[in-house]
Amino acid sequence: MSLGEFLLVAVLATPAVGAVLVAVTPRDRAARLVGTAVAGLTLVAAVLLVSGDRGWSAFGPAPAVLPWHRLDLPWVPGLDLRFHLGVDGLSWPLVVLTALLTVLCCGYTVWRVPAGGTGRALVALLLVVEVGILGTFLALDLVLFFVFFEVVLLPMYAIIAGWGGEDRRRAARKFALYTLLGSVLLLVGVYVVVAEAGTADVAALTGGTGLSRGTQLAAFTLLAFAFAVKSPLWPLHSWLPDAHTQAPTVGSVILAGVLLKMGTYGLVRMAVGVAPEGARWAAPALGVLAVAAIIVGSLVCLAQDDLKRLIAYSSVGHMGFVLLGVATLTATGIQAALIGNIAHGVITGLLFFLAGAIKDRTGTGALAELSGLRETAPRLAGLLGFAAVASLGLPGLAGFWGEAFAVVAAVGRGGGLWTTLAVLAAIGGALTAAYFLRLLRQVTHGRPTPAVARVAPGLAGAELAAWTPLMLLALAVGLVPALVLGFAAGPVDALVGVLR
Amino acid sequence: MTGLLGVALPAVPLVAGLVGLLLPPSPKGTSTGEDRARRAAIGLGVVGAAGALVVALALLARVGDPVETSTTWIDLGGLRVTLGVRLDGVAALVAVAVAAVALAVQVYSTAYLRRGPHDDVEMDHRYPPYAAQISLFTAAMLLVVVAGDLILLLVGWEVMGLCSYLLIAHDRRLPEAPAAAMKAFLVTRVGDVGFLLGIALLGVSAGSFRIADVLAHDHTTGLLTTACLLLLAGVAGKSAQFPLHTWLPDAMAGPTPISALIHAATMVAAGVYAVTRLFPLFEAAPAALAVLGVLGSTTLLLGALAATAQDDLKRVLAWSTVSQLGYMTGALAVGAPAAALFHLLTHAAFKALLFLAAGAVIHAVGTTLMSRMGGLRRDMPVTFWCTVVGLGALAGVPPLSGFWSKDAVLAVAQAAALDGTGPAPAWVGWLVWLAGLLGVVLTAWYATRLLLRAFLGERRLPLLHPHDPPAAMRWPVLLLAVPAALLGLAGFVRPFADRLLFPVVPALPPGEALLVHVGPELLLPAVLLLVGAALAWAGWRREPAADPADALGPLRPVFAGGFRLDDVQHALVVRPATALARTVRTGDEAGVDGLVEGSGRAVRGLGGALATLHRAALPRAAGAVLAGALLIGLAAVLIGGSP
Repeated sequence: MSLGEFLLVAVLATPAVGAVLVAVTPRDRAARLVGTAVAGLTLVAAVLLVSGDRGWSAFGPAPAVLPWHRLDLPWVPGLDLRFHLGVDGLSWPLVVLTALLTVLCCGYTVWRVPAGGTGRALVALLLVVEVGILGTFLALDLVLFFVFFEVVLLPMYAIIAGWGGEDRRRAARKFALYTLLGSVLLLVGVYVVVAEAGTADVAALTGGTGLSRGTQLAAFTLLAFAFAVKSPLWPLHSWLPDAHTQAPTVGSVILAGVLLKMGTYGLVRMAVGVAPEGARWAAPALGVLAVAAIIVGSLVCLAQDDLKRLIAYSSVGHMGFVLLGVATLTATGIQAALIGNIAHGVITGLLFFLAGAIKDRTGTGALAELSGLRETAPRLAGLLGFAAVASLGLPGLAGFWGEAFAVVAAVGRGGGLWTTLAVLAAIGGALTAAYFLRLLRQVTHGRPTPAVARVAPGLAGAELAAWTPLMLLALAVGLVPALVLGFAAGPVDALVGVLR
Repeated sequence: MTGLLGVALPAVPLVAGLVGLLLPPSPKGTSTGEDRARRAAIGLGVVGAAGALVVALALLARVGDPVETSTTWIDLGGLRVTLGVRLDGVAALVAVAVAAVALAVQVYSTAYLRRGPHDDVEMDHRYPPYAAQISLFTAAMLLVVVAGDLILLLVGWEVMGLCSYLLIAHDRRLPEAPAAAMKAFLVTRVGDVGFLLGIALLGVSAGSFRIADVLAHDHTTGLLTTACLLLLAGVAGKSAQFPLHTWLPDAMAGPTPISALIHAATMVAAGVYAVTRLFPLFEAAPAALAVLGVLGSTTLLLGALAATAQDDLKRVLAWSTVSQLGYMTGALAVGAPAAALFHLLTHAAFKALLFLAAGAVIHAVGTTLMSRMGGLRRDMPVTFWCTVVGLGALAGVPPLSGFWSKDAVLAVAQAAALDGTGPAPAWVGWLVWLAGLLGVVLTAWYATRLLLRAFLGERRLPLLHPHDPPAAMRWPVLLLAVPAALLGLAGFVRPFADRLLFPVVPALPPGEALLVHVGPELLLPAVLLLVGAALAWAGWRREPAADPADALGPLRPVFAGGFRLDDVQHALVVRPATALARTVRTGDEAGVDGLVEGSGRAVRGLGGALATLHRAALPRAAGAVLAGALLIGLAAVLIGGSP
């Protein structure tokens, strides 16, 4: 077993075993600490995946998917299912982001357990969710991908329903049922592909080899629907605001930070890769919906009156930019989507942490009851300002690259439709600034409301420890976008190559 | 080496700013801790700005041939974004102006934002973030100045918008400050929609965002015109051109030194500078220049007329900035970036001087309203004479700086009008020239009015004991008076003029083109200046207690409200946008989500109905089972028995 194979196994096995360990550890606080340590180990393994030979040195035409490391074992020989994992420049940043956010969430839980259940159970569920998400990003077999995609669903349901806000059960049910609908379509899509191609190997399938045009159109439609629910793409987004608002802070962070990325990653790797013909056919519709998401998402935020709900809806707009990048089917657009994915995960994760901190301190999330935060808690207000500014896409911070270059890619496609979409998306960028400035004006400026007046100025060490990495990443990715895109050029070019 | 200096130019204040942000913002409790943080913040701010000034001066001394350095920042699918600087004489000169004004503002603020003896005990200026934000602001502007790549320029461009937002909202006692700050960021951000699209068009067309590559690429005319028009939207936002100028007067809610910074060196200068940076593109797009000419002329007159009717000292200066920016964009429109830059530099000097002097007045009097000033000349002689120099330069009194630079603008506009020399059509020249001449009258009028109302006549608040400001405020004002008075004469100095005229090719034959002109055409503006000043003076002589602006009659409220363009903006943009937002929110919640919830309810209802159907008493249930068995048996016989 080579180092790469070992790491691939370790990334999945560590949190899986860790979840069991956490569940059986007798004392609650000790269990949470064990969970954090396990998540930390997973992060180390995830980062190390970048080591070794990442060469792109195949002779002849480069294959469409060439992972740095791969692990290919028979799983259910009777059904010809394989346990096929691999990591490359498309998936590695997402793997690391997932591992990082899980560490931060577990660490945060050591400090504070939301009401509703034991911290031990919460940490164990977080680790199970991590296994599912990491597996989704690493799977190179369609069926395996589907299995991991589904692993996430129930523990996430439990997190929302167990530790969420007042209306948690309804929100959790809606989340589970809605995304389950997507999963059903995904399953059908997977079997349409596997039945016709006779293999579930993503590397072999990428490029649409062996699939007729009709199958590709059908497969793309089914897969895109499934991923559009997860991403989410307007108008299939309405599970998201409820789930994000009702979930506990750590749940919201994982949901917004990485869970949504399963949709966009699946769209790029599976839907576009496996059915390029279908992608070309559906690209205009996808682009229109993506821009609709941007505009609708920002407008709803502009009229929103709850802090967490506003941030949740902002995800709809941000993911719209990511999907617009994918819809252009150009190398620029897909790279913009990749970095947009990571930036959104980092920044929105931070925003949900901060929103949770504000809600914990003031006991309310209603914007009308929040004002003057900079008077009583200048540091918290400053951090909220930083996160909001990063989220509105200030150049020099992480959010800029994905949004600006989604617009650039749409301009680059040329033609009336894509130019219009670019203009509308750019206007959506201005609307994004409008609602975040409105948020800051409401929450941080002015005289403190009674709810804000009792806020103590200090921040807990655990809070700073959870937020600092995200802040630094938002800055670092903004200044050095190559951190995310440095390894993506090869896979993206290969993917765009099969699209032609 | 020169390239390294170019990198150091924004880096020095950037580091000072980032370190400054880490200082405790508002240390409650011991006063010593606060003092230490404040002292550290002052040190960082002043050292950052002074360091930038030293680097800029070194750069000015060294720069000869244009220097260009670049390395790939990121390659996004064949579109190259580079990190690099592009240094020429113009960049060095503007950098010196920016750094000098920033230094003056940093020093001045130490005294201006100090808790006075009469201030509330709870008053807390939160100096560390303030000074750090000024440093960041300076760094962002210097980044715009040296950037060799459009995306890099955009970084500085937008960070500047953010810093202006933070600094305008600094004064926590003013209820209108947050709204003004938000407006400044948002209005410029709306303009930046166009700016980003323009950059995208140019970058996609050239395959690179490096300015040198974009300039060298052979774009199609249609693309060039579209891109330039789009860029102009961003320029209008930053440089406060009609119709995106509305944020600038409101931005007066910021502390006065910040107004000096925004109006003299950063923000508003960035738009004009960006156009000069890309001027070869605009030269090839006359339609865009014509649009710029119309916008510039409108802005020029609009700002000047609005300035005539203000009672707030700072608002007069703010509207005068709008008007002077009109001169600069007018000069660009008639194809004279050198004249525009010349006016930009002199304007930086005299407007910084005027704002800092106005700050001294406000500091002493405690109000910004001119109707409550008057007669300050005797008690504040230094401030008075510095204001005289500043207003003289603003109005264009020979031989102060503004006279020469405004004349340079008017001369090229005249040439464009009479001889059709500019790249844009001759009517643009006429428009700019006539607007510029009318602007001279108006500027002289409101400058005279300001001087008379604030400094001469009787004191209207007799209880006050105004005095010249403390040294930290006095010296920046005094030192800025020097360039405000003399910078115009630099137009006669060959190296200075050449740097502005030939930023790219410094070694053209001398004497071909001139920055300043001495000739009979200087008379016309001078006469117009006298007319304007005499009109204001005559009105004041007749009745010293009254406001000369009363002569405007019913027009005064219209002018004072900036032609009510704020209301127009509110009615056409803000209100529809918020109404649309509410509608979309309702639609999204009731429509899209309603469909989802509705289908959920429908399924449950259906399930419930089916469940009820299945709930039956034993006889009926047994009957149903029998009937079912019969049916299946029948089917089996019919289907299975047929062969």
